Amino acid sequence: MALLQIAEPGMSAAPHQHKLAIGIDLGTTNSLVATVQSGMSTVLQDEHGHALLPSVVRYLEDGNIVIGHSAQAAQSADPKNTISSVKRFMGRGINDIPDTTHIPYKFRDTGAGMVQIETRAGIKSPVEISGEILRALKTRAEKALGGELTGAVITVPAYFDDAQRQATKDAARLAGLTVLRLLNEPTAAAVAYGLDNASEGVYVIYDLGGGTFDVSILRLSKGIFEVLATNGDSALGGDDFDHRIFCWILSEAGLPPLNQEDTRALLTKAREVKEWLSENPEAQITSVLSTGKLVNIKLTADKLVELTQTLVTKTLNPTRKALRDAGLTIEEIKGVVMVGGATRMPQIRQAVAEFFKQEPLTNLDPDKVVALGAAIQANVLAGNRSDDDLLLLDVIPLSLGLETMGGLVERVIPRNATLPLARAQDFTTFKDGQTAMSIHVLQGERELVSDCRSLAKFELRGIPPMAAGAARIRVTFQVDADGLLSVTAREQSSGVVADIVVKPSYGLSEDEITNMLKSSFGAAEQDKEARALREAIVDAERLMEAINAALAQDGHLLNANEKSAIESQVQALKTTSQGTDKDSIIEAVEALNHATENFAGRRMDASVKQAFAGQDLNKLEL
Amino acid sequence: MELLQRNYFELMGLPTQFEIDLTLLDQHYRTLQSEVHPDRFVTASANERLQSMQVATQANEAYQTLKNTTARARYLLQLNGVETLEESNTAMPADFLMLQMEWREAIDDASAAKDVSALDALLIEIKQMAKVLSQDLSGQFAEKAYTQASESVRKLSFIDKISADINRAIEQLEN
Repeated sequence: MALLQIAEPGMSAAPHQHKLAIGIDLGTTNSLVATVQSGMSTVLQDEHGHALLPSVVRYLEDGNIVIGHSAQAAQSADPKNTISSVKRFMGRGINDIPDTTHIPYKFRDTGAGMVQIETRAGIKSPVEISGEILRALKTRAEKALGGELTGAVITVPAYFDDAQRQATKDAARLAGLTVLRLLNEPTAAAVAYGLDNASEGVYVIYDLGGGTFDVSILRLSKGIFEVLATNGDSALGGDDFDHRIFCWILSEAGLPPLNQEDTRALLTKAREVKEWLSENPEAQITSVLSTGKLVNIKLTADKLVELTQTLVTKTLNPTRKALRDAGLTIEEIKGVVMVGGATRMPQIRQAVAEFFKQEPLTNLDPDKVVALGAAIQANVLAGNRSDDDLLLLDVIPLSLGLETMGGLVERVIPRNATLPLARAQDFTTFKDGQTAMSIHVLQGERELVSDCRSLAKFELRGIPPMAAGAARIRVTFQVDADGLLSVTAREQSSGVVADIVVKPSYGLSEDEITNMLKSSFGAAEQDKEARALREAIVDAERLMEAINAALAQDGHLLNANEKSAIESQVQALKTTSQGTDKDSIIEAVEALNHATENFAGRRMDASVKQAFAGQDLNKLEL
Repeated sequence: MELLQRNYFELMGLPTQFEIDLTLLDQHYRTLQSEVHPDRFVTASANERLQSMQVATQANEAYQTLKNTTARARYLLQLNGVETLEESNTAMPADFLMLQMEWREAIDDASAAKDVSALDALLIEIKQMAKVLSQDLSGQFAEKAYTQASESVRKLSFIDKISADINRAIEQLEN
C-alpha cells in the first residue's frame, strides 16, 4: 500500500524515498548500531547474530585490524596491541588518566595534546581507534540495509566536554560517516523509553556505562524531550567496579605486581565475577597465572557490595546536583530509568531506589536502549518523519568561561543552558597601546583556571593602539546543537575589525585529521580530487532537492519574479553539476544559497506564524 | 527575517508586559522550537540551517529571560530605556542592607555548623522575600514607576546571588 507522505513546514525531505540513517552507541565496553525499519527501532546484528560489538580493536602482525569479539578474545594474549575502553582516552591528555600502571598499553605523552598509544601498527590516537569501531558498525549497517547511509547519530555521554565531543565527531569523520547529530546518551535513552511508554512528566535517566556515568533530568511532554539538567562523571563506570575486584584479588591472594598478560586476564575475570554476582550469592575465582601460580578464592555478593560502596555513593552526588540545578525535589520525579550494563548490579538498583524512594524502571534492555533512541532520532533528522512530533532540547553539561586576571575563570555560559546558544562578553585592554590580547577558553565548574579544562588559547591581534581600557573586545561563544563550541573575538570600538574564529579540537589539528583520512583511505592525489568532486555534486544535489521541496511547499511566499530568479539559479546549478568542474559547482551552490536567503527567512516566519495560529485555534476548541 | 526583529515577548507570542502567563510561555516556547530548531533543518540548505540556528538561539535566550522574574523585569526596563545598573548602583535602603548582613551571617553559621536544613530554611525565607518583591514589581510596572522597579530588580538580583551562594554552600556540605 502506498502511503502519502506530508512534509512538515521546515522539512525538506523528498517524499517517496526512505533515507538510510543509523544510530550508534559508541560505548566504553560495547558498541551498537540500530536503525528504524518499518517504524520500529531495531538493533542490527552481525553475521553471527551478535548485537553488541565489544569496543576492542586489535592491530595484527600482518597489518590487518580486527574489531569486536575476536579482538576481545586476544586481549590477554596480545595486550599491547589490543586496545579496549579507548573511550576513556578520547579528548584526554596523559595527566587526565588517573592510573596508567594497571593499563597495559604503551602510552605516548604528547604534552598538552591528546594521549596516544604505541601499537605494532604505529602510534594510534584514540580518535583513530574509535574510528575503527565506528567503521565496523558502518559496514555492518550497510550490509544489513543494502545501501548508502545518509548519516548517523552518534551518542556521547552527556557529561562529555567539548574536547571529548570533538574527538568523537572526528572519529566519525575518519570512519567516513556523516554525523547528523551528536546525541547525549541519557537523552537517547529517554527517547526510546518515552516513546515506548507514551510517558509524560519529569523523568530521571540514571546511566552507568562501562566507563562513564551520566544523570539527566528530562521533562517529557507531547513528543518534546526537554533536558532540565544533566550531571555526571566522565571517568566512572563498570570498569571501576572490575578494578576494585581486581585489586581485591591481588591483596587477597597476596600477589606481587603482575605482568600485562596476567593483569588483563584477571581484569577479565573480575568482570565475569561482577556479572555473575548480579544473580548469584557467591563466585569462585580460579585462574592460573603465567608464573604457574594458582589463584583460587571466593568472593561473595555481600563482599562485592562492601568493596564498591564508595563507587555507588559517587554516583549519588551528581544526581543530587542535577536535581538542584533543575530546581526539583525527589517527590516531583515521575520515574527513574536505568541505562547502561552496570545498572544490572543489584546494589546500584537498590541505592537508586532508596535515593528516589521508588523502584527504578528496568523494562528496557539497558545495553540497547541508547542505540535504539539514537536510531529514532537519526530517522527523524534524516527527514523520514514518523507521526510523532519528536523534538529534543538538550543542554550544555559544563560551564564555559574565559581566563581573566589572576588565573581566575570568568563564566560566560552556565552549565545546563539549552542548546543552541550564544553569549557575548566584553573585555578591554589593560595597558596603553596594547595591540594584542590572548584569549583562553575554559570549561568546568571551578573558579581557578588550573582546575578547569583548557579548550583553546588564541591571540587576537591588530587591536588599534589606544589608552588602557578604551578598546572594546567582544568575545562571543556559540554552542551548536551538537554541543560544540566556536569562539569569535572582535575589537569593535574602532573601525578596524580583528576577527578570529576558533573551534577547539584538543590535540588534533585539521591537518592531522586530513592526514589520518589520507592514510586510512590510502588515497592518491587523484582519488582526493575525485572525492572532492563527488562531495561537491552530492552537496549540490542535496541543495537542489531542498530548494525544490521548499518551492513546491512555499512557492506562494514569493512573487513571480523572485520565483523565476530562484528557478533559474537551480537550473544553472543543475547544468553545472553535470560537469566535472568542482570549483564552478561550489560557486553555483553558493549562488543558489545566496539567491534563497530571503526565501528561507520568509519560510521560517510563515511556519512560526502558522504554528502559533494553529496552537491558539486548538485552545479555542478545548 | 521578521522573527529576529522581534523583542523577546513578541518572539514568544506574548504581550510585552511584566505579568505573563508562564504556562503559555512554556507552550509557545515549545511550539516555536518545534518549528525553528536546527534538528528540523539537518538536511536543509545552508541558509536555512544558519537561520534556524539564529532563531533557535534567540528563542532559548528569550525563554530563559522571560521565565526568570528578575531577568524579565530587567529586560522590560531595558525595552523602556531604563538600565538597572546592578554593577555600579549598589545603594540600598538601610533595612535591606541589614537583612543582607543577617543572611550572610546565617549562611556562615550554618556552614560552620554543617547544618544543611538551616540552609534549606534560609532558602525558603529568601524565596518568600523574592515573591514579595515580584509582587511589588507588578504594581511598579503597572504605574510605570521605573525608578522603583529598578531598585526592586537590584534587590532581586542580590537575592538571586545569595540563593546561589546558599546552594553552593549546601553542595559543599554534601560533597
